[in-house]
Amino acid sequence: MPDEPVIIFDKVNKWFGDFHVLRDIDLEVLRGEKIVICGPSGSGKSTLIRCINRLEEHQKGKIIVDGIELTDDLKNIDSIRSEVGMVFQSFNLFPHISVLENLVIGQHLVRRMPKADAEEVAMTYLERVKIADQADKFPGQLSGGQQQRVAIARSLCMKPRIMLFDEVTSALDPEMVKEVLDVMIDLAREGMTMLVVTHEMGFAREVADRVMFMDEGQIVEENKPGPFFDAPRSDRAKLFLSQILRQ
Amino acid sequence: MEPALKPFIEPQPPPLQSSGLIGWLRANFFSSWFNTFVTLALLWVIYQVGGFAINWGIINANWVGDSAKSCPNIDGACWAFVTERWRLFVYGLYPQELYWRVNVFYLLGALTIIAFIFSFGPATRKLRLTMFIGFPIAAYIFLVGGVFGLEHITPESFGGLLLTLVIATVGIFGSIPLGLILALGRTSDLKVISKVCTYFIEFWRGVPHIAVIVMFVALLPIFIPDGNKIDIVVRAFIAFAAFNSAYMAEVFRGGLQSIPSGQFEASKAIGLSYWKMMGYIILPQAIRNSVPALVNTCISIFKETTIVLLIGFSDFLGIIQLSLEDPKWLGPPHIFSSAYVFAALIYFTFTYGMSKYSLRLENRSNVAQ
Repeated sequence: MPDEPVIIFDKVNKWFGDFHVLRDIDLEVLRGEKIVICGPSGSGKSTLIRCINRLEEHQKGKIIVDGIELTDDLKNIDSIRSEVGMVFQSFNLFPHISVLENLVIGQHLVRRMPKADAEEVAMTYLERVKIADQADKFPGQLSGGQQQRVAIARSLCMKPRIMLFDEVTSALDPEMVKEVLDVMIDLAREGMTMLVVTHEMGFAREVADRVMFMDEGQIVEENKPGPFFDAPRSDRAKLFLSQILRQ
Repeated sequence: MEPALKPFIEPQPPPLQSSGLIGWLRANFFSSWFNTFVTLALLWVIYQVGGFAINWGIINANWVGDSAKSCPNIDGACWAFVTERWRLFVYGLYPQELYWRVNVFYLLGALTIIAFIFSFGPATRKLRLTMFIGFPIAAYIFLVGGVFGLEHITPESFGGLLLTLVIATVGIFGSIPLGLILALGRTSDLKVISKVCTYFIEFWRGVPHIAVIVMFVALLPIFIPDGNKIDIVVRAFIAFAAFNSAYMAEVFRGGLQSIPSGQFEASKAIGLSYWKMMGYIILPQAIRNSVPALVNTCISIFKETTIVLLIGFSDFLGIIQLSLEDPKWLGPPHIFSSAYVFAALIYFTFTYGMSKYSLRLENRSNVAQ
């Protein structure tokens, strides 16, 4: 069933106090699809993907991930979180344990895998993100780009079916952006379902199946990357792209 | 006409020596006229104070004897008072033939401290946890007895350093886990739990400790029908652990708040449950961040043990005061001051040790990050 949606948003609304962050969001993501979400800051794009693993709760509408509806039921939340990996802007590695232990802890505590097996899995993923030689260091001893690659490996260890990337290159020095994007491009080629909040237009052109432009809590425009970047339809997207390109 | 090139600069004198002992002294103590002045002034003060301390405490001191008459030299300390009474100070009123049980308690205490100071490889964490839980239990078995064929000794006969250390142990070992639970409760998302913990903490922090101790000891029997059956010492222990746990809770809450929200989010994102997130990710970092404040609280718990003087217990300070009232030792004021200097030295030794330990922990956690 390749065309069955794995993520469904049905008229989803969310408020932070009086602030209406998400307005009637409708969205369907197919298995294996790569979606890039962009838009000005405060447009709700991070909030949108954080709703998928319920780091944020929505107040109205329906979110269904992998056939399970997100409700307050803790069991549902836990099983969805184990299917959905997430990588953050600020890496959020656990600073008090080594790189290897960062990758082992989830497999060991959530998947109940014996430590030795978990370490083996961890090492294969560290090799994939080309950082196996740093396994015994602490996160604080690595560069930003290295930390972010470890963070990606930490998520992948859990064998997620969906990966969420929340502005993962925004906090990096320019020369480190590429090493992280390369890892993400590899991942995309392997067929992972990915939702990526980013302003890296090169990345979007190369891997995205769809680009979504958000503004003021709504999905304003949605298109294939080529047409979106070359000929945006809405004025807001035009303005946004011109500002991005001027940088 | 000016020459195009300036003539050679004259050779300069070599710079002042900047390495070795002389260089170090110069850089740290004599770098300017003001520093030199401060250094000399402080040296003079140290000479005066140190000279007095050595004269008073060692050279002119009276070391042995069994009454005030043994301390004729009023320009020196009267350590005879301490050397004659040290058993009382250290063991209180514990039966003399059972001193070995107190010695076991002291030994176990020392071993616990050693377990927390030195590293024992991969087993360190387990060893420390074992000691942290095992020490209070073993201490109870040996000191109070009544099990394993050990004769029951009522806590009322504890006294001196023994009582001080027992109260400090109860205070520290009781308030750390209780405080941790209260801190987790206060920061919980469950409103009821959070409110209950908050009010509990605020109540104990808001009421003067003297009032709490007196209330537990004097008033509890009035409110609770069988209150009188609870040993008076145990009541004081409960009160002591209760109000100190409120302070500990705030220490841990500070530590919890120092953890960035990203740590919580990353833990949730990989699917950790609340308790696993807390136990493996958040608390290890939060506790490490709380160490300076935690040790600070431990030091004040240790010093505050003297509060039991108010309800008539003879802790270390109390038993020294009592001994001073012994007619044998009534005499010139230097006996009095010797006794208090001795008490201060002992308290200082313990608290200084704690503060050194905390500095060491801080340095180590800086390295690890």
